[in-house]
Amino acid sequence: MLSAFAAFDPYQFVANLKYMGLGMLGIFIVICVVILITYFLNKVTSPKSDDK
Amino acid sequence: MQELMDLFSNVFELNWQMVVMWIIGGILIYLAIKKDMEPTLLLPMGFGAILVNLPFSGAITQGKEEGALSVLYEAGIANELFPLILFIGIGAMIDFGPLLSNPILMLFGAAAQFGIFFTLCLASMFFDITDAAAISIIGAADGPTAIVVANKLKSQYIGAIMVAAYSYMALVPMIQPPVIKLLTTKKERRIRMAYTQRPVSKTTRILFPIIITILAGLIAPASVSLIGFLMFGNLIRECGVLNSLSETAQKVLANLITIFLGITVASQMVAEKFLAAETLLILGLGLFAFIFDTAGGVLFAKFLNLFLKEKINPVIGAAGISAFPMAGRVAHKIVQKEDPTNFVLMQATGVNVSGQIASVIAGGLILNFFL
Repeated sequence: MLSAFAAFDPYQFVANLKYMGLGMLGIFIVICVVILITYFLNKVTSPKSDDK
Repeated sequence: MQELMDLFSNVFELNWQMVVMWIIGGILIYLAIKKDMEPTLLLPMGFGAILVNLPFSGAITQGKEEGALSVLYEAGIANELFPLILFIGIGAMIDFGPLLSNPILMLFGAAAQFGIFFTLCLASMFFDITDAAAISIIGAADGPTAIVVANKLKSQYIGAIMVAAYSYMALVPMIQPPVIKLLTTKKERRIRMAYTQRPVSKTTRILFPIIITILAGLIAPASVSLIGFLMFGNLIRECGVLNSLSETAQKVLANLITIFLGITVASQMVAEKFLAAETLLILGLGLFAFIFDTAGGVLFAKFLNLFLKEKINPVIGAAGISAFPMAGRVAHKIVQKEDPTNFVLMQATGVNVSGQIASVIAGGLILNFFL
């Protein structure tokens, strides 16, 4: 019943920090790409150009 | 007398663990009805928790006798069908307008996923890395994403993860305010933000879900169905020629799936599985995930304010956790409490919607790491 507590290994926290760094970096890269795409979409399809 | 005893023999199979689960079920029903906390989910979950914790409950499979909830679980959750279909409804409900009008708000959605990755490190101290990854996704503050990721990672703790994900989503109005108040000053919470609604063309609204699906599919193919179904729902909404389908997806479809989802999730709340120390630990880690998500969004806004001339109200950063639309409303309420004439609802909603996209992408990245 207490297997998770028995398996407690604080060193795993440090060992897995790389996933935190990579994960946050990855998500910011993807979101920055999405932001750029959105700006581009807004630019080329602004209501003014839609009306033309 | 013996025959009478035999007639009611099932009653004597009742144990204290089952009664504890009834109490938990009762609390969920109380929160749903009395406190109006995610009643569409907490009420079926609460009732289901009672239903499956009766001695030899016929609602779940007992030996060779198949139970209805177990069949529903296999048909709709084990294969991820229910959460994905629900995503069509959620996609149809979301108006990406405030986000498309101010795309920079998406950065807060990214920052507020910090809790997922921090909890991954925390959970890895107790669980093996794939279970830790599945537990960390509670921080996505998004039930369907949590179910899909935990399922794909084949976590043995999927029941506790689902319950934590949905319960904490309902508890966002209680979890977030103290964290926000701890990390911000009164002066910061009173910052006014000018909102300029830039017009967004119909073409942009239609192309956005298609492009995001392609992009997310290229980066995290394992989770493309999540973002794909969400964006499909949004495309139905925005295309302008499927209004009837959009309305059905938003209301009837979403409601039907939610009814089945809630009560089917409860099939995993069987006392002998649920009342374990691990469950408490998972609930604790899930709470940490929500707290650090909130902190990530708020602190990121404060960090940006170091460089910006026009300051951002850091409270809107907290709306970057998915939990749509509750997190946006909570942020707005906190700001209004400090200054009733300050309106940040549109910005907070934009951040909240970006959190929905970012949490699905985070789920995809987790799958990329560990699948």
